[in-house]
Amino acid sequence: MSGRDGSGEDPWASLARLTPARIGLGRVGSGLPTREVLRFGLAHAQARDAVHTPLDAEAVAAGIAELGFATLAVASAAPDRATYLRRPDLGRALSEDDRARLAAASGEPVDLAIVVADGLSARAVHEGAAGLLAAFQPHIAHASWRLAPVVVATQARVALGDGIGAALKARAVLMVIGERPGLSSPDSLGLYLTLNPRVGRSDAERNCISNVRPAGLSHDLAAYKLDWLLHQAFARGITGVNLKDGSGPALATAPASAALAETPSQKP
Amino acid sequence: MAYRHVVGPRTHVFADLPTLMAKATPVRSGDRLAGIAADSAEEGMAARWCLADVPLRDILARPLIPYEDDDVTRLILDTHDAAAFAAVAHLTVGDFREFLLMASPETLTRLAPGITPEIAAAVSKIMRNQDLILVARKCRVVTRFRNTIGLPGRLAVRLQPNHPTDDAAGITASIIDGLSYGCGDAVIGLNPASDSVSTLSGLLHLFDDLIQRLAIPTQGCILTHVTTTIEAMNRGLPVDLVFQSIAGTQGANASFGVTLPILKEAHEAALALKRGTLGDNVMYFETGQGSALSAGQHHGIDQQTLEARAYAVARPFRPLLVNTVVGFIGPEYLYDGKEIIRAGLEDHFCGKLMGVPLGCDVCYTNHAEADQNDMDTLLTLLGAAGCNFIMGVPGADDVMLNYQSTSFHDSLYLREVLGLKRAPEFEAWLETIGLTDADGTLLPQGPSARLIAAAPGLAA
Repeated sequence: MSGRDGSGEDPWASLARLTPARIGLGRVGSGLPTREVLRFGLAHAQARDAVHTPLDAEAVAAGIAELGFATLAVASAAPDRATYLRRPDLGRALSEDDRARLAAASGEPVDLAIVVADGLSARAVHEGAAGLLAAFQPHIAHASWRLAPVVVATQARVALGDGIGAALKARAVLMVIGERPGLSSPDSLGLYLTLNPRVGRSDAERNCISNVRPAGLSHDLAAYKLDWLLHQAFARGITGVNLKDGSGPALATAPASAALAETPSQKP
Repeated sequence: MAYRHVVGPRTHVFADLPTLMAKATPVRSGDRLAGIAADSAEEGMAARWCLADVPLRDILARPLIPYEDDDVTRLILDTHDAAAFAAVAHLTVGDFREFLLMASPETLTRLAPGITPEIAAAVSKIMRNQDLILVARKCRVVTRFRNTIGLPGRLAVRLQPNHPTDDAAGITASIIDGLSYGCGDAVIGLNPASDSVSTLSGLLHLFDDLIQRLAIPTQGCILTHVTTTIEAMNRGLPVDLVFQSIAGTQGANASFGVTLPILKEAHEAALALKRGTLGDNVMYFETGQGSALSAGQHHGIDQQTLEARAYAVARPFRPLLVNTVVGFIGPEYLYDGKEIIRAGLEDHFCGKLMGVPLGCDVCYTNHAEADQNDMDTLLTLLGAAGCNFIMGVPGADDVMLNYQSTSFHDSLYLREVLGLKRAPEFEAWLETIGLTDADGTLLPQGPSARLIAAAPGLAA
């Protein structure tokens, strides 16, 4: 029995087009049809592989440089993927060499530092980071925000941006980071905005725009929301749970408690 | 005060109670990350021997986090029921384990207000998985809003219809799918992608319309930050349950942007709405081991004990549902299937022993060493343990939060294997609409067309 309820006309096919969620799967007694068990297993296998793909930082930096941004490369204190997965504290800390390099590279204070980081999905960064920055570029120009060089970071967690933003003397830091891959979304970017970045900021002090990917929130909409949040943050002097997203309905933003790429200590 | 245990030629010394509790905890990556786990398997067992001899009175007398430093400690001690505790006050942790194995459900119900999270956590550390299941099964915590959750032999399901962009039609499609499998009695609960009040308004009306139109004996919840829900209530929006993630220390709660007074304000506002028809349990909390460490607010206490303290935060608010989202946090806190399974059983046991209505999001992420087979195992064990509710996520794949949980099908599996029924009011409704037979079994030709036709915005 492969059709839902075993009936000829399957109303679930039209429902299933309304959502990427796995609905209308049919059932065999209390269980799933064989094809759905195997489809799920394959998706999990691909997501597992995605977590362990390394970031091609040079290619990512080259793509960003083509847009006209200056770039810098840094690595966190986590030496490899296996350590990164067990030691989030190391993923939040800059390596000693890079701390010094950033300090040397910083000049006058800037409005915004952008960090592009692998997080838990290098694939999301490979496929989406340059496109997102291209969409955000006109907003930066329009607001005349002064920008630090874009930092490409490997083995990075969200809070790595706090130290980077502070070293680059930025009023705000934007972390563009690969989110934890879901079965249906191995390519999702999270955007985390933190005002007055410094080491020790809590997740409640950030705003997050999540699920930025072709099948989720588009680059243009994400850039629009980012622009709204950044203007509000500068005007009101806050980011985090006290800065509610008022940029419009049905668009994907969440407080940083979403934190899929970093500290998913709560299911928001 | 230091604790000692001699094993052959070696004397193991534990500097204080927090150290002893941490070292006695079955090993998990989060305690290693915090640098407080046992250094060897023998040290872990020595700590358990030692902990078994500690009197429960001593645990009560020695707060792991000082009273003056932490409002969760103050809450635990200020609301402790000494009369209820008197029944076990003379016992050591080891004796208490044996007491629990022998206790009747009625005894455990009376005892619950006397159990602090530290006592529950301590005894759990010297209990095997089967002990955690056997004792939790005897603890009954029944709550009500528009139906009755937690009765013996019953299991409820949270229908979790998440959508990446909060699309109303997409969310509704997932709800109809879940209802057609007989899921949704715990709550129809959405994690929104957006936390804007305008989005929240649309979603609250969507849920309220659907529940009223189909006359479903259940409750809806949009799981957004408590301050946003307070704003929604102030605007007169239809809020059934107030949601909030909570943790076991004041500092960790602060990192979530929440305080005890804020929770109290939300609780009182939700009570004033009087939207429950059968009861006034209006709060829905979520927790998970590792959240305090993740926030850098763990005070050197092991993550399992801190998790139990989160249930103490929940307890005074008489919640309808408390959900340990056990594998959501990732491998740095619970590394693999074995650690997730153990943690799920510990959390459920500790919550139930404290009189808190524990359910479990049996789940894992793609960067953990776990898979759906591990979830099948934990799901089955929690079903045996009398867990109040589990999640129902379409195909077990949450397309908004990017993790794997349990599916509508998984709930059918558990009902078939263990004979578990739904909340009685919901079960009766399913039969009324022709979805199930009198036994609660899904009929082969369910009323799909009628469910779809009744759903706002979906009728073709």
